[in-house]
Formats: sequence, structure tokens, C-alpha cells
Amino acid sequence: MTTAVVTTEAPQEQVAARPTQGSRRRPPRVNRPVGGAGASVLLWGYAALALVPLLLMVSNSFRTNADLITDPLGLPAPPTTASYVEAWTTGNFATYFGNSLLVTVGAVAISTAVATMAAYALARGRSRIFRWLEALFLSGLMLPIHLAILPIFYLFDGLGLIDSRLGLMLMYAASGIPFSIFVLTTFFRQLPEELEEAAALDGASSWQTFWRIMVPLVRPALATVAVFRFVPIWNDFLFPLVLLRSEDKYTLPVGLTSFFGENATNYSAVFAGLVITTVPLIVLFLVATKQIVAGLTAGMAK
Amino acid sequence: MRRRTGLVFVAPALALFAVFVLYPMVTAFSYAFFQWQGTTRGAFAGLENFVTLFTRAPFTTDLPRALLHNVLFFIGTMLIQNTFGLTIAYLLYTRPRSRRMLQTLYAMPYLVSPIVIGYLWTLLLSPTFGPVNTLLTKVGLESWALPWLGDPKTAIWVVILVSVWQWIGFPVLLYGAALGGVPEELTEAARVDGASNRQAFSKITLPLLVPAIGTVSVLTFIFAMEAFALPYAFGGSTGNPAGATDFVSLLSYRTAFDSGATDAIGSSSALATLLFLIIFGGAYAATAVLRRHERRITA
Repeated sequence: MTTAVVTTEAPQEQVAARPTQGSRRRPPRVNRPVGGAGASVLLWGYAALALVPLLLMVSNSFRTNADLITDPLGLPAPPTTASYVEAWTTGNFATYFGNSLLVTVGAVAISTAVATMAAYALARGRSRIFRWLEALFLSGLMLPIHLAILPIFYLFDGLGLIDSRLGLMLMYAASGIPFSIFVLTTFFRQLPEELEEAAALDGASSWQTFWRIMVPLVRPALATVAVFRFVPIWNDFLFPLVLLRSEDKYTLPVGLTSFFGENATNYSAVFAGLVITTVPLIVLFLVATKQIVAGLTAGMAK
Repeated sequence: MRRRTGLVFVAPALALFAVFVLYPMVTAFSYAFFQWQGTTRGAFAGLENFVTLFTRAPFTTDLPRALLHNVLFFIGTMLIQNTFGLTIAYLLYTRPRSRRMLQTLYAMPYLVSPIVIGYLWTLLLSPTFGPVNTLLTKVGLESWALPWLGDPKTAIWVVILVSVWQWIGFPVLLYGAALGGVPEELTEAARVDGASNRQAFSKITLPLLVPAIGTVSVLTFIFAMEAFALPYAFGGSTGNPAGATDFVSLLSYRTAFDSGATDAIGSSSALATLLFLIIFGGAYAATAVLRRHERRITA
């Protein structure tokens, strides 16, 4: 669902643009809050409902198992990190965490690098073959790639990539290409062609122009693409479930499943495992809220 | 940029995309139309694998049930998103000062892995030590303290509601962006002419939001038909309890990797192809209807 968002062609923009054409621009008027105080209570109440389960997850991870069972509504007083030590060491979460980080960062780096190069050529190439290639890449936005899990499994089998973190990394890198190209071509097209003409006059090669002049100019789009692709790769479950075999290569979602299967009654350690799996995304969200929101609404109205 | 240089720039992305996305996607269809003996492909089978889905156990019982759950999942999610989600987006739109903060809070669960969400709610809803039932009992609602995930009648609704809870921030964001695109002159003019807030919303704003509502519904449809990780976390690959949280993707997965049937690859691929056709057909039809509506409101 996350990558499919961009398939809309901003119909709102067209709708909105029409009636305002020719009218004077006025400073935006502050709306009267509809629904008054009652509606505000609803909005903040729902915010609590969105947040409390996540806070409970964190709070319960700092309690002991016995404490959790005797007092389900209690608070971590005093907080203990024993469950984290257990999950991290005996629960193998240190290994899973390292694997997830390796696969996700590697995939995002590869995908962003190759997509940036391709997007630049697609935005600037005049030959018809580039229109055709762009359509081919963008068709990938709609493909439910998870449905092709069997052919992917046999492809990996044939390439000797079963149980390989590198294989998983390449799979994710490839599946992120359509979204990255979609966002980046839009950005490259907005840059004036005079930039390249000037660079060519100064004797810069295509590669130098691309690397020294164009890439620095699309940095905000690179951040959006990288941050937004990070989340679904970090969270993906089906591919590592099918393509990885040995426990020391598991990523967090699969490692969590195996841990939950064996320690379903060790609640506090499970809670700690859930928090370990989630923390990097929360950190990412806090430092890059703007990029995540931009990715979610990419292609929609501005 | 010269053509040859351009192609060199495209080549690495094209190679990755062709090998890991296009090739599997295209071969996925061919898998369903051949006979399979374990991992060996046999003769062309025509629609044999599809016939199996409708004539042989366990598919005759599992497939209709799983498909029903996918449909329930879609309808439930869509209804809640387009009523509650849209209401929230509209209320937020009229509150510019708290909008950003609240949008961010609603989007928090979206970030979290469906697997984590599934296990988290499994623990929170546990009949023995779960905080939800403990709280219900404390406030005198013992009759509501049910084994939510143990009872086949309630389990599917837990999956649906938890999924809505996780994703609601997404339609709220999209509807927020769409509301920002509705020209204020229109609603203002309506108010000057004596329309109430409610009238201005239902007669002016809502019709202009139809493309956004359509987009959200189509994406929800695709999402609901592909549902895998969240139900897996709640009920494992068999959709416990008693198949009550089974979905087509789970059925396809366990047919391929757990069933041990000699023609498992054929029937699993037929299931995946069927699901693809449903997704593609549904999304295509809905998009066609939307396009027609868009032409009407922009004309």
C-alpha cells in the first residue's frame, strides 16, 4: 500500500486550479473550528487511542513478567531493563537487529543510487525509448510483488541466493525502484536545462554534470525517497519468511515471530522485542517527519 | 543528454528491476498453467489448477471462507476510513494550529511493523492478563471482557479494527491534502449565500473530494486483498482460531510451503493469479468510474 499511493495523478490539483484562475490571491483566512469543543475532545481522545497501546508496549517492556501477570494495569515502578538484556542476548535480537539494519540500509542505498541515475536520464533523454522505459518502471508501482513469491523463491534458488542477506537486499532494492524513479524524475524535470548547458560549455562530462551539479540539487527528494523506502523494508515479513533459512540471518520481523513462538508466555521479553523492532522507526520518524509525510502524499495535491 | 549516455545511466536500475521484479511477475502467470510434480514442471495444464481450487479439499472450504474475510476486511476498512477518517480530516482542516501535531500522532501506528502490531494487540487482548479485559472488568463491564481472539466470531473483527487503527493516519493525511486543494472561495461563497457549515460541506466540499475518496478506496482494496502479515501475527499461517482469520494470501502461502501436496506449486500459483485478477480487475473498474466522475466535475 505504501508504494501504491503515488499512482494517483493529483486530480485535486486540476479541480482546485480551475475556479481560482483569474481570481485575486487573498491571504488565507483562519477557519472557524467546526464542531467546537466536543470535536476537539474527540480529536485528542482519538490521539490518545492511537498512542496509548504503543506507550503500553514501552511501559510493559520495563516491567518483570511476574509483575505483568499480577497487575496488568500497573506501571513500571521501579523500571527494570532485565527483559531487554534477555531479548538482546538469549533472544538473539542483537543478531536480528544487525541483519535488519544491514539489509535495509544496503537496499535503500542501492535502490536510491541506481534510481537517481535512471531518473536523471529519463528526465533528460529526448529519444522515444526513454518514454517507453519510464512507463515500464512506473508500471511497477501497481504490481503486487508479494503475489510473485513462488517465482521469486525459484529465481533465488537458481541464483544460489536462498538464505542470503545479499539476495534479500537486492530484492528490496529492486522493488523500491519504481517509487524512487517516480519521485526523482519529477524533481529533475523541474531543474532548468541551462544548468547542464553551462556545465557542458565549461567542459564537464555527463557524469560530472550529474554528480557535481544535479545530485546536490535534488537532495531533498533523495531524503524523501530514502526515508520513505526505509519503513516498508524494515517492516517486511513475507520475503525474509520465505527466502531466509537460518536463524542467524533472520531480520527482526521473522526473528520476532520465531521468538514469540518459543517464548509466548515470557511477556516482558516479548514486549522488549517489540520495542527493539520499533525504536529505529520512531527515531527516524522524529528526525524526518517531513520526508515521511511528503512520501505518503507524493503525487497528491501539494 | 545523448541517447547512449542515457542508456548507460538507466542500465543498472533496469537490470535490477528486470531480474527481481519483471521476470518473477511475468513467470508467476505461467506457473499457474502447468502441471507440477514437486518442483518439476510438467506439461501445459490449461485451467486444471484453477479447477482444483473449486473442486478439491481443502480449497472448497478454505477458499470461499478466506475470500469472504478479504471482502469483509475491505468493506469494514473502507467504511470506517471514509466516515470516521474523513470526519477527522475535516475537523482537523478547520483547526490549523493543532492539525500538524494530531496528524503526526495518528500516523504513529502506521510506522510500526504489522507483525509488531499483531503481537502487541494479542498481548493487550489476552483474556488472562491483558489490560483491555482487566480495565473492562474494573469499570463493571465484565460481560464485555471476552476472549476476543479465541472466539471465531470476534477474531476477524479484531483483525479488521486493529488494521484500521494502524492505518487511519494515512487517509487522514490524504484527505487533509485534498481538503487543502478545495478553493476557499467556493465554500465562502456558499456561506455568503446562507449555506450552513453542514450544507457547504455536503454540497461543495464532499463532491470535490470524491477523487480522493476513490483513491483511498482503491488503495484500501489492494491492501485488503493482499493482507498477510497482520493476520499471520494474529492467527499464524492457518488463520486461528479454526480458520476464522484466514485470508487468501495465507492460504496461498501454506499451500506452497506447508501443505506437502505434490502439485502444491500449481494450485498455489493459481491462487496467486486469481488474487491478482481480482485486484487488477477491481482497481481497474474503480479507476474507470472515477475518471468519468473527474471529467464531470472538471468540465
